[in-house]
Amino acid sequence: MQRPATLQLADGTSCAGASFGADRKVAGEVVFCTGLTGYVETLTDPSYRGQILVLTYPLQGNYGVPDGEDARRAMESGRIQVLGLVVSRHCTGPSHHASRSTLGEWLRREGVPAIEGVDTRSLTKHLRAYGTMAGTLDPGTLPLGAAADRVDGDFVKAVAPCETTRHAGSGPLRILVVDTGCKENIVRSLVSRGASVIRAPYHAAWESHLADVDGILLTNGPGDPAELGALSARIRAVLERGIPTFGICLGHQLLAIAAGARTYKLKFGHRSQNQPVLETSTQRAYVTSQNHGYAVDHASLGSDWEPWFVNLNDGTNEGIRHKFRPFRSVQFHPEAAAGPQDTAYLFDDFLHMVGEVKAVRAS
Amino acid sequence: MNRNLHSLRTERPQRVLLLGSGALKIGQAGEFDYSGSQALKALREDGVKTVLINPNIATVQTSEELADKVYFLPVTPQFVEMVIAKERIDAILLSFGGQTALNCGLDLEASGVLARYGVRVLGTPVASIRAGEDRKIFAQKMGEIGVKVARSIAANSVDEAIHAAHAIGLPVILRGGFSLGGQGSAIVRGEDELRMRVERAFVGNPQVLVEECLSGWKEVEYEVVRDGADNCITVCNMENVDPMGIHTGESIVVAPSQTLSDADYQMLRNLSIRIVRHLGIVGECNVQWALDPHSSEYRVIEMNPRLSRSSALASKATGYPLAYVAAKIALGYDLPMLTNAVTKTTSAFFEPALDYIVCKAPRWDFDKFAGADKRIGTEMKSVGEVMAIGRSFGEVIQKALRMLETGADGLDPEAFAFPDLERELREPSPRRIFAVAKAFAEGMTVDRVHELTAIDRFFLREIEQVVRMRADLAAKGGGLDAITRDEMLAAKRSGFSDRAIARSVKAGERDVRERRRALGVRPRLAQIDTLAAEYPADTNYLYWTYWASNHDVAPSGRRKVLVLGSGCYRIGSSVEFDWSSVGAVLAARGLGLETIMLNCNPETVSTDYDMCDRLVFDEISLESVLELCDAEQPDGTIVSMGGQTPNNLALKLHDAGVRILGTPAASIDRAEDRRKFSALCDELGIDQPQWFEATSQETLARSVEEMGGFPVVVRPSYVLSGAAMRIAHSAPELSEYLRSATTLSPEHPVVISKFESHAREMEFDAVARDGKIVLWCVAEHIEYAGVHSGDATLVLPPQELNVETIRRVRMVGAKLAEALQVTGPFNVQLLCRDNDVKVIECNLRASRSLPFVSKVLGRDFIRAATRMMLGAEPEAAMNADTLFDLGFVAVKAPQFSFGRLSGADPVLGIEMASTGEVACMGDDADEALLKAMLATGFRFPQKGVLLSLGPMGDKYRFADDARALARTGLALYATAGTAEVLRAEGIECQVAGKSEQGTDGADGPDALDLMRSRAVDFVINIPREFDERGRPDGYRIRRAAIDMNIPLVTDFCVARKLVRALVRRGIADLHPRPLGEYRGRAHGR
Repeated sequence: MQRPATLQLADGTSCAGASFGADRKVAGEVVFCTGLTGYVETLTDPSYRGQILVLTYPLQGNYGVPDGEDARRAMESGRIQVLGLVVSRHCTGPSHHASRSTLGEWLRREGVPAIEGVDTRSLTKHLRAYGTMAGTLDPGTLPLGAAADRVDGDFVKAVAPCETTRHAGSGPLRILVVDTGCKENIVRSLVSRGASVIRAPYHAAWESHLADVDGILLTNGPGDPAELGALSARIRAVLERGIPTFGICLGHQLLAIAAGARTYKLKFGHRSQNQPVLETSTQRAYVTSQNHGYAVDHASLGSDWEPWFVNLNDGTNEGIRHKFRPFRSVQFHPEAAAGPQDTAYLFDDFLHMVGEVKAVRAS
Repeated sequence: MNRNLHSLRTERPQRVLLLGSGALKIGQAGEFDYSGSQALKALREDGVKTVLINPNIATVQTSEELADKVYFLPVTPQFVEMVIAKERIDAILLSFGGQTALNCGLDLEASGVLARYGVRVLGTPVASIRAGEDRKIFAQKMGEIGVKVARSIAANSVDEAIHAAHAIGLPVILRGGFSLGGQGSAIVRGEDELRMRVERAFVGNPQVLVEECLSGWKEVEYEVVRDGADNCITVCNMENVDPMGIHTGESIVVAPSQTLSDADYQMLRNLSIRIVRHLGIVGECNVQWALDPHSSEYRVIEMNPRLSRSSALASKATGYPLAYVAAKIALGYDLPMLTNAVTKTTSAFFEPALDYIVCKAPRWDFDKFAGADKRIGTEMKSVGEVMAIGRSFGEVIQKALRMLETGADGLDPEAFAFPDLERELREPSPRRIFAVAKAFAEGMTVDRVHELTAIDRFFLREIEQVVRMRADLAAKGGGLDAITRDEMLAAKRSGFSDRAIARSVKAGERDVRERRRALGVRPRLAQIDTLAAEYPADTNYLYWTYWASNHDVAPSGRRKVLVLGSGCYRIGSSVEFDWSSVGAVLAARGLGLETIMLNCNPETVSTDYDMCDRLVFDEISLESVLELCDAEQPDGTIVSMGGQTPNNLALKLHDAGVRILGTPAASIDRAEDRRKFSALCDELGIDQPQWFEATSQETLARSVEEMGGFPVVVRPSYVLSGAAMRIAHSAPELSEYLRSATTLSPEHPVVISKFESHAREMEFDAVARDGKIVLWCVAEHIEYAGVHSGDATLVLPPQELNVETIRRVRMVGAKLAEALQVTGPFNVQLLCRDNDVKVIECNLRASRSLPFVSKVLGRDFIRAATRMMLGAEPEAAMNADTLFDLGFVAVKAPQFSFGRLSGADPVLGIEMASTGEVACMGDDADEALLKAMLATGFRFPQKGVLLSLGPMGDKYRFADDARALARTGLALYATAGTAEVLRAEGIECQVAGKSEQGTDGADGPDALDLMRSRAVDFVINIPREFDERGRPDGYRIRRAAIDMNIPLVTDFCVARKLVRALVRRGIADLHPRPLGEYRGRAHGR
């Protein structure tokens, strides 16, 4: 008889279930996401690199997995980024016009182990209470004592692209995307608004493109921003040149550090598609998609900077902007995918700002 | 509670009028008690004075605690204007009382009444409401923002509509503008039915819309909230399991959507918000979508600019208090200023994350309506709904189907027989979901079932898995002991009840329960916390699931009581039992006890998370209650407040060791079991109509003969609202019925009793402690005995009973209370002729008439009953003799929904048919009756009255009334036989032809033509005595009156009382007074 699949947490907690992914044992940080839809987008989000993801919503895989053009639209990178997947119930008979395979088939194809039959609410509560922690996912199909694959080390490096790529837009503006694990939809959001994009890995000499671009976008990515000190220093240096800059998620944290602020680990990370944020100057509120465990400390911002957005639930920082210069960033994901697209207007605002600065410089 | 980020957006109103929705009817039910109650709470918190107009006396919102003043008046422009003037109202809320309140508000605005009195409409502005309600404006507005609507052409005449249908191409949908619950909408597939359908659609509608048919597309709804600062959230989306083509109120619905990808979900969410912003909604609304299953094509179907059934469902499905928040927004709060009432720490500006799935299922009661078309479609016909919460589709659909209490234990393929399975799948009736199960049991493929039903394959595959598991369980050898823990867990997680497993493995329910517990398979109480555990939440909103590994909450150490709610609303069990349940919870809390509420009906106030200490939104079944008692260890359980559903569990719970509070379970059984009850009556010397128990066909004739002959009443034990009860007039009819009835209730014998004609009927409601009566009341029926008490018109205080009758009734009540050791509420139905009193039945629980009695007398019977059950002392203010001190008269009248049930014969009988009720007060019975009738849709006749009095005696007895009617200047028309008698009595009238007989001697116009031309605007049609179905021509006239929305009275006593009241009082003689003002007139207080 097949042994049950298990998820073993570092604190000794163990959850039994059944395997529906690849025959591979993995070890990594266990995190959760409470979104109702969007497993294709979420699983391919580079920010989840090296993590075992718990999807709290109990029915997963209902609308299957697309391929071809549909897949290119839905996926946030070229592959599944999560190390392992934990769900309550996996649907083996999905139904959607774009569905070409089941979630389980996709996971197996990409070599990602997965377990179902786990009380994901209880597990989410546990992770929320004791913090995200290391865990081992054993599909129960391997010989006893098999070693777990561990993806340690530099996650950002692992998800950033190797080469610089160019994406042509129909308009005059050119944006440099400094890629620390960029979600595809950030690039799509820029290009669809007419911007041309130079997408460079953060470890490349991206400064060499600065003369050719009108704006800079610092992307999302996995891990602790404080570990990327060299990158924040490079960003600080570039800010001096006054090029309009927009940061998202990890990019927001890096910009804040570059501006002299401090980041810290949140007791409860934000990992959901229903995070309310308030734009402090207008008192307008938006529902946002979020995935981060670290936050920017408002109080440590220099006097030239101001908080832009705050989280309505816990008051944590959700965005900063420079009082006089065209630098700003948000903790949440205006590109959504998955999740609500209410703040997509920020791309318009950013490009508008880039255009204005460009016009002033030209005159 | 409120985060004072900045001040309110609008000036705070002083005296706000809230319009209620009136009587429960099909398409507009208990959900508006929930929304109105929450709104009143929200206003009261802000110190705003509230005035409520709602004639629905059984609601929680009309209880004294919620509004400052309550008017039991029709929600019509005329009465609302009177109240506005009298109360110096400065602001009005239109969106909490369903379509009734909204339409009334639009009328008041259009006629300039609101402007004249300086009344501000709070929340969504009237122009936005109109844009949502008028389909033409709506389509135009959608064009402005590039949102696709179904192709639609407005037609103002039959010919225009037919032309439009051809232009769009069949099939098309016909809809009336300004309709509630899809009334008058239909899919037309063929040329042959086009004209007939179009003609019907124009009845009561000046305009009909002919629309592109999107049958088979996915149907998805979004609940959107927008505040005055343009902040928008979608609180919930929902997906219909039954796709487009079946009204959303008739559909099985899940939340959140299950088959939408993130792209689909966000596309419709974005569009919903775009619409709501463009139309300028301020508060809550609902947007309905059709989504092509083969592409990303969509159409917006409609936008409801108000709280709706869907918003009540969304509220319960997510824990987000939509109505409360909408009321706060109407007062000028912005969403970010408000706190999430569930977590109490996070913001109200957020979108709930669910970590469970919710399933709503509708309940129909077609069996109550002879002749009704039992197919479901684009018109709403259901009378109630339930909501199940769990973590797999199998778990929730099976739970939901059990909650409906239609006799099916979940997705049982054998629950009903289907002579033509494919037809049932193609042309759905309420039983289609079981036909789907049956199809899979017979080996039909998912693709074939999909072809026939258009139900998404996701749902079909889930159903197929459940059906397969049921078969596997049954096929498994070795019985119960062979079931492993894994198998048991898998079955429970797929939603099988202990009882269903017991049936499959041929064991007892108790054996399965013991085996399951021995295997360690137990359900767990999981929280609904709105944030899927992402933040800590101290919420009391719970459900059972077999998917959880541990309870989210631990029982408190406090003294506590479990109250079982009403379950599904249905004909005969409705909002009155929710009022009772809420009353019991409040009374228990008042005594310092912790309260746990168990209920599964999303239309209720009892399931508001802030009513009780713990809310378990789940099944009211033996399994669920026993598990709850085990997990929470309540000190006692109250079964007498939620109507028949919990009452039926009393004995089983008692036998399983549950402590039932109040009247002993054995007494409940003694009152419910006809035989035991009859023996008791004999013992106590209480008279009852003669009866016997039918044992064989052979002795039947002699037994009936001995009893005094036909007609007789036939009924099984444990009846609810007369289901399966019936009057038999002859021996063949009786034997025919007995053959069919035995399949209805095999566990209980059939009882046959003498039907007493022309007897008066009374309701005795009381509260007792240890067998001694503490509070009591007698109300009389206007109708003779034989009309179900739920359909009867009640008068309080009694107008025609003499003191001796009342004294005897009181004695009967006292004897029964003593003998049954009643502690708590009870109700006795009696009939009398002269002073001879007979008992019809006795219910040892709260009754339908209790809210009426309590509110009219100003004595809360539920509060008293709960205190008695919990051993508290009676409150000093309670005296039992208030009946004679009333300074006014109150009348409770039934609300029928025949207009919704095409084909149903609108007559009253021993089977209950009404869907709701109202009660109004007046200086005398005439005024109270007229108000009550107006509140149920009656209108004063202006032109002519059509009389068709079946029984010969009635023709003569009505003569004086007909004469009085004629004197008021109304034209009298009568069918041939009636006219003959009236003319013989010297009353002038025209003969109206009975259509199908052609010109059979009729000297006047055709009856149906008279109605069509509105020459007749009031129809009195009394079916021939003892003929439940009425004569065929009677049926045609009655049905035509319903279809043409002309007031119809079919009961002789009601007709006579109403005509006398009409003659004596005009509409100007009806005065608006709040209940408090009437009560202030009580004598001797």
